[in-house]
Amino acid sequence: MIPELGHYALILALAIALVQSVVPLVGARSGDAVLMDVGTKAAFAQFLLVAFSFGCLTYSYVVSDFSVQTTFENSHTMMPMIYKVTSLWGNHEGSMLLWVLILTVFGALVAAFSSNVPASLKATVLAVQSWIAGLFYLFILITSNPFARLDPAPIQGRDLNPILQDFGLAIHPPLLYIGYVGFSISFSFAVAALIEGRIDAAWARWVRPWVLLAWIFLTLGIAMGSYWAYYTLGWGGWWYWDPVENASFMPWLAGTALLHSALVMEKREALKVWTILLAILTFSLSLIGTFIVRSGVLTSVHAFASDPARGVFILFILVLLIGGALSLYSLRASSLKQGGLFAPISREGALVLNNLLLSTACATVFVGTLYPIALEALTGAKISVGAPFFNATFAPLFVPLLLAMPFGPLLAWKRGDLKGATQRLTFAFVAAVIGFVVAFAIAGQPVVALLAIGLAAYVIVGASAEFLERTALFRGPLGVSLNRAKGLPRSTWGTMFAHLGLGVTLLGIVCESAWGVEKIGAFRPGDDIPVAGYELKFEGISMRAGPNYQEQVGTLEVFLGGRSIAVMEPSKRAFAARGMGSTQSALLSRGVTQLYVALGDSNPDGTTTIRAYYKPLVLLIWIGGLVMAFGGALSLSDRRLRVGSPKLAKNRAAAQTG
Amino acid sequence: MSDIAKNDAEKPATPEAPRRRSWFAILPLVAFLALGALFYFRLGAGDPNQLPSALIGRPAPQTSLPPLEGLNAAGANVPGIQSSDFNGSVTLVNVFASWCIPCAEEAPLFVQLAKDKRVRVVGINYKDAPDNARRFLGRYGNPYQAVGVDASGRTAIEWGVYGVPETFIVGKDGKIAYKLVGPLTPDNIDSIMRVQIEKALKAGA
Repeated sequence: MIPELGHYALILALAIALVQSVVPLVGARSGDAVLMDVGTKAAFAQFLLVAFSFGCLTYSYVVSDFSVQTTFENSHTMMPMIYKVTSLWGNHEGSMLLWVLILTVFGALVAAFSSNVPASLKATVLAVQSWIAGLFYLFILITSNPFARLDPAPIQGRDLNPILQDFGLAIHPPLLYIGYVGFSISFSFAVAALIEGRIDAAWARWVRPWVLLAWIFLTLGIAMGSYWAYYTLGWGGWWYWDPVENASFMPWLAGTALLHSALVMEKREALKVWTILLAILTFSLSLIGTFIVRSGVLTSVHAFASDPARGVFILFILVLLIGGALSLYSLRASSLKQGGLFAPISREGALVLNNLLLSTACATVFVGTLYPIALEALTGAKISVGAPFFNATFAPLFVPLLLAMPFGPLLAWKRGDLKGATQRLTFAFVAAVIGFVVAFAIAGQPVVALLAIGLAAYVIVGASAEFLERTALFRGPLGVSLNRAKGLPRSTWGTMFAHLGLGVTLLGIVCESAWGVEKIGAFRPGDDIPVAGYELKFEGISMRAGPNYQEQVGTLEVFLGGRSIAVMEPSKRAFAARGMGSTQSALLSRGVTQLYVALGDSNPDGTTTIRAYYKPLVLLIWIGGLVMAFGGALSLSDRRLRVGSPKLAKNRAAAQTG
Repeated sequence: MSDIAKNDAEKPATPEAPRRRSWFAILPLVAFLALGALFYFRLGAGDPNQLPSALIGRPAPQTSLPPLEGLNAAGANVPGIQSSDFNGSVTLVNVFASWCIPCAEEAPLFVQLAKDKRVRVVGINYKDAPDNARRFLGRYGNPYQAVGVDASGRTAIEWGVYGVPETFIVGKDGKIAYKLVGPLTPDNIDSIMRVQIEKALKAGA
């Protein structure tokens, strides 16, 4: 009964989406306030219905109702409750329901928090949002119904894939989806603006909070996914340039470019073409990512069960949405009036450079990800494109970006003083040299890594250059500096932390890649494994039982300088229901450095394969991500994003033609 | 430089006339439609996880695998596999293991295929323990005229094996004619396997 209610709620949501797709648009064209308001009410209704539907599916997982097909395929009575709930989105059907839930949440948020947006624009945005929602409801109801029933109902479920039975499943997909779907708002705003024919600084001001919100969550989602892969896959790697990973990274790159582009548009009404195109492309990349993951065109460890029929449907959605938006763009782009002029050396110029580099990086990842498909279509050869390609192409694009990053906030709008900015970055250059020297003293080689450490130090100190400048820290009394710091707009703090976070991540990446130590071997109980100054004493293997698995646990005692400091217990779990296993690696954090041990197979001669890694400063990779997200959140809480100036915007909008 | 000249020099590098901009504006749409077409054609192209063998048409790799101890058939020890044995008849080389569940499902079909006296069916026992392998063959039937033990998996690497089970058809000339990835099933035994066997038999004649 309850699954049927959930199913029906979804159908009702589709009906409402159809209404919301048309009526507010009609209202916007004719200026009818009542019709426009239908959009707001419908958005709330959609959210309530989809939330109810999601709740019904959650209920069937919680009570282990195996008459619902997806519950049968992905759950098990002996699974801990947290995994019962989170396994809802560990499969294709459930994750699509999560997708549309977040879509309706955002629609409702836009409906609720857009009091300073003109009614016609808001109505059009909500209409576009429900085109997206409606298409995805159709997709779910026709090809991926999570409420399909089984008769007779099985007694026991097939259990969730063991690798997914982890806390990471509770966090990573929701964060990631909020990021992906959040960019649908900027897409809707862009399409709405193209329909209305009015694109100006005020539009950029209204869009930016949504872009920032989506960006924050996408950053967190990617960072969390990377950390989960790191501790769960057992090889100590944290980024594989897997097609599905790239599918999340491309919207991030485009979204970062969009964020900065919208800033220029808000301040100077320039870069309109860039901003609109990026707004459309970022969400398009999210959609293309959805297609890649669920259609089976590419091989990936992440891919959901592939089904070409679903792939065709998603492709159809892609063509409608992306093709439609880009057609609209090609028709209306010529009417976008060029905004304020600026010198090449200026903040706008720096942000254009930022756009160029990020877009090129995004295009590089795009080409690398889709190259196998294209090559196979043209020549029939099957190849795979992996880390070597991306390392060779992506890194050289990011280096100039990182070099230019501290300069950006220090250059004035319209015409910047490069010499002055360079002088203000003296501390950063000094930090770079110090970083290089310290790294050289500690490690000595390879030179590329030493230079990269210098670059990371430069980025970290350079990020604070604007802050140091504006608070006149070290140049006057501390009290004055503190007062100035209190009065600084939050967006300045946000910029500082976001850019600083990137430097921190770079530091972590360089140290882990260049100076990580790996020891793999077959060991007997009693053997000593020396790893980078630590001694790991392998004590033996024991068996343990978990709620729905049998566990083989290895015990290793860690010695540093002769003193025992910890015991590490890597393990392998065998899950009876699916006949699959998972590896649980043991992590020992020493500050931000980690010792990582994973258990391999037991060999017939009585030895066990053990993989031990020393990963210097590896946690900085994800701490940097958290700092970036924190910076974004600070920026989002800036007062000016909450206090709009609709009158000024309307005047400017009236003066704008086309 | 005068102010006017400076302004001209500082104009941003975007196309100035609206007409030119509309040509650029249609590029993303065109690129996307091309991408869409590419996706559409790749959707029907089959499972990307199925990798074709790079060895098709090439001689089978040098193989010298010891026999499975204690395995008897018709009163004699079942021999191991030597690649010199491939010449002269069509051989079906099946990679199997006792821990591989689909192998148990395809075993009866192999027993059936082995009844065809025109082909020689041999098995490579992959990363397995001798006890378990003997038990597996005892339980599901032994269709193999020879069983080579590849405990380390090295030989399988030479053959390009990336999963279990896989079956190779080696022609009379010792060259690999076909590779089936995955288990033999009632669906593919007639439509694919028997067809390929007939092709290999005809090719040598």
